[in-house]
Amino acid sequence: MADLTASGFSACPACDAAPLAQRLADRAEVADGTLILSLPTAHCVTCITDVETALLAHPGVRHARVNLTLRRVTVDAPGLAADDLIPVLAGVGYEAHELDPDALSATTADRQGRDLLMRIGVSGFAMMNIMILSVAVWSGAEAATRDLFHWISGAIALPTVFFAGQPFFRSAWAAIRVGRLGMDVPISLALILASAISVYETTQSGHHAYFDAAAMLCFFLLIGRYLDHRTRAIARSAAAELTALEVPRATLLLHGAEQVVPVATLRPGDLIRIRPGARVPADGEITEGRSEIDRALLTGETLPVPAAPGQMLSAGEVNLTGPLTLRVTAAGRDSSLARLTALVEAAEAARGRYTSLAERASRAYSPSVHLMALCSFAGWMWATGDLRLAVNIAAAVLIVTCPCALGLAVPAVATAASGRLFRRGLLIKDGTALERLAEVDTVVFDKTGTLTLGRPVLVSAAPLSQDLRPVARALAEASSHPLSRALVEALADQPNARLSDVAEHPGFGVSARWQGRTVRLGRADWLGVSDADEDRPTSATWLAVEGQPPVRLEFTDELRPGAADCVAMLRKARMRVVLISGDRRAAVADLAARLGIDDYHAGVDPQGKEAMVADLAAQGARVLMVGDGLNDTAALARAHASISPASALDAARVASDMVLTGSGLAPVAEAVATARRATRRIRENFAISIAYNIVAVPLAVAGMVTPLIAALAMSLSSITVTLNALRLRD
Amino acid sequence: MEILSILIPVSLGLGAAGLVAFIWALRSRQFEDPKGDAERILSDKWDDRPRPD
Repeated sequence: MADLTASGFSACPACDAAPLAQRLADRAEVADGTLILSLPTAHCVTCITDVETALLAHPGVRHARVNLTLRRVTVDAPGLAADDLIPVLAGVGYEAHELDPDALSATTADRQGRDLLMRIGVSGFAMMNIMILSVAVWSGAEAATRDLFHWISGAIALPTVFFAGQPFFRSAWAAIRVGRLGMDVPISLALILASAISVYETTQSGHHAYFDAAAMLCFFLLIGRYLDHRTRAIARSAAAELTALEVPRATLLLHGAEQVVPVATLRPGDLIRIRPGARVPADGEITEGRSEIDRALLTGETLPVPAAPGQMLSAGEVNLTGPLTLRVTAAGRDSSLARLTALVEAAEAARGRYTSLAERASRAYSPSVHLMALCSFAGWMWATGDLRLAVNIAAAVLIVTCPCALGLAVPAVATAASGRLFRRGLLIKDGTALERLAEVDTVVFDKTGTLTLGRPVLVSAAPLSQDLRPVARALAEASSHPLSRALVEALADQPNARLSDVAEHPGFGVSARWQGRTVRLGRADWLGVSDADEDRPTSATWLAVEGQPPVRLEFTDELRPGAADCVAMLRKARMRVVLISGDRRAAVADLAARLGIDDYHAGVDPQGKEAMVADLAAQGARVLMVGDGLNDTAALARAHASISPASALDAARVASDMVLTGSGLAPVAEAVATARRATRRIRENFAISIAYNIVAVPLAVAGMVTPLIAALAMSLSSITVTLNALRLRD
Repeated sequence: MEILSILIPVSLGLGAAGLVAFIWALRSRQFEDPKGDAERILSDKWDDRPRPD
């Protein structure tokens, strides 16, 4: 079981994501036929028919099929690009995103799943047929009939064990070669020994054959393995989907012409164009244009920073108002983005590998089982001198101790728990994340983008007199600056004033003529007023009408839905809640007061965040980090467990164990509770298995276990642990 | 006990038929989208003729 939970996710998810994003960027705009689109809002039969009908009606589409389980549509449309089809779907009311078919078809995971299902089917068929024959033997079939039934059982069981047992044999062999005793070594040994001893007994017309036990072992253990595979495949494809949404491309200016290229091909000295709303793809110096820059994802600052020629920008920042031309100074490996990735890798290495409950159980289990089988063999050999009896008893010991219950206990709980959390809006990316989450006693939150939405809202329209409101709205509509958009939203019920000569001054604000007067909306310094921004928790913009004193409009960052409840629930569960932000002290203090968090730190840089999480860990705390920005990635990787919202940068999502798929924060508190219950179920299941072994092992060592008792005990314990795991569902 | 010579092949044959049906279902990708298949039956779109796949 060690490899059940540990493998599949690499120790460094960031390393996996980079090549994935790379492939996406390299891919030509027009794929050679098949397109895959993600449909996050599809949920019912109407959605299926709407999407398929709309796509099939589009000229050039040959075939379209929705997969509702994965919320995707596969379109066969040679010559069409995703950009042609996304508006078609938007037209019928469905949000769609382009996905990379190469990265997402997940053919290997698919094939593995089908392969496991096939082996389950074969061993299930074999088990049922052998069981029918075994019932006859148990009820007293004699002599030639018994031998005949044993021979038929053997004819079914041997090919079955050979075919269905392959996953166990393969991983047992891999374990032995590196000198380990995994869970699969005793399983394989039990399968081989049970088959061999049964064949021998059958040739000698013996009473007992364990063919049914061998087939049953395969069946139950394969179910456990399949559950585990499925949980992981779903999480992996969803995580890949999140990564596939962000395609790293840049607009290169070459001899005056614009050309879209993958970010990785940028070289220092290249000139690139950054449109308003786009993310800066590489570090560089502004050569042309004025704008404002949102650094929230890099530093946690909510206030946009003005940008002018000569200023340096870092990869990951977002350009807000005006187009900029940038001369690249560092790209790829040298950029600040790559430096942060390196920080994440270092932090992940420092966290080390977590030993899961299952691994700890299997470490104790394998040697003791082998020792027990060997001792009973030696004991009976010494007592009776009967080799056949001694081998029979050793095989019986191996069969009854075989970890059917153990092999099912963990995957069944993990499947039930992650399914429950997925329905609540939390995606588990890592196999051991649930267990780590259950141990958490301290929760560290980032501010911007995590507890808040990173989206300003107008505190109050009161400072604006009634006749100025239409003016403010009309001016704000001319700009795509976040504060302007918030103003438009707040004044949505106002009529629009009639303005002329509207001009946006990137980096400063908007100006226009209104009733013969100049009106301006923008930064304080542009309007010639002084604004002591630093001391206030809010951000502000000013409206100036010629001949009137400027009006200050205050904005605050909107709380993420469920943030207050989440913090309250965590505190109720007696967890320590800490707020660490890169934003100004005033803004952080204000938010901490609103949520009732006493422990907050402002103006912390990425290294500082990681250091603080490491400090907390050194003091013995188990930290859950919840964050979304690049500045959080190192801390996310360092923390005992980590969660990031779906709106986070891909680097942050890759570094964290769990991703919130909805916009609310409420699932975080519930996830901790569910994780604790799941871990308790796993422990209960271990206890059930141990209790069953305490009863069965002495019987086996005493030579009193018949194939009937082995079959009963095995199926009873497997069904008990599965039912116990299913109690987690709702 | 002669009945065994009929019953055993019959039971094995039935079991094998089930196995073959399962393998066929698996091969023809019927486990790819269980949720979608469960919903599709509610659609009246292809009630008169099968979907041209």
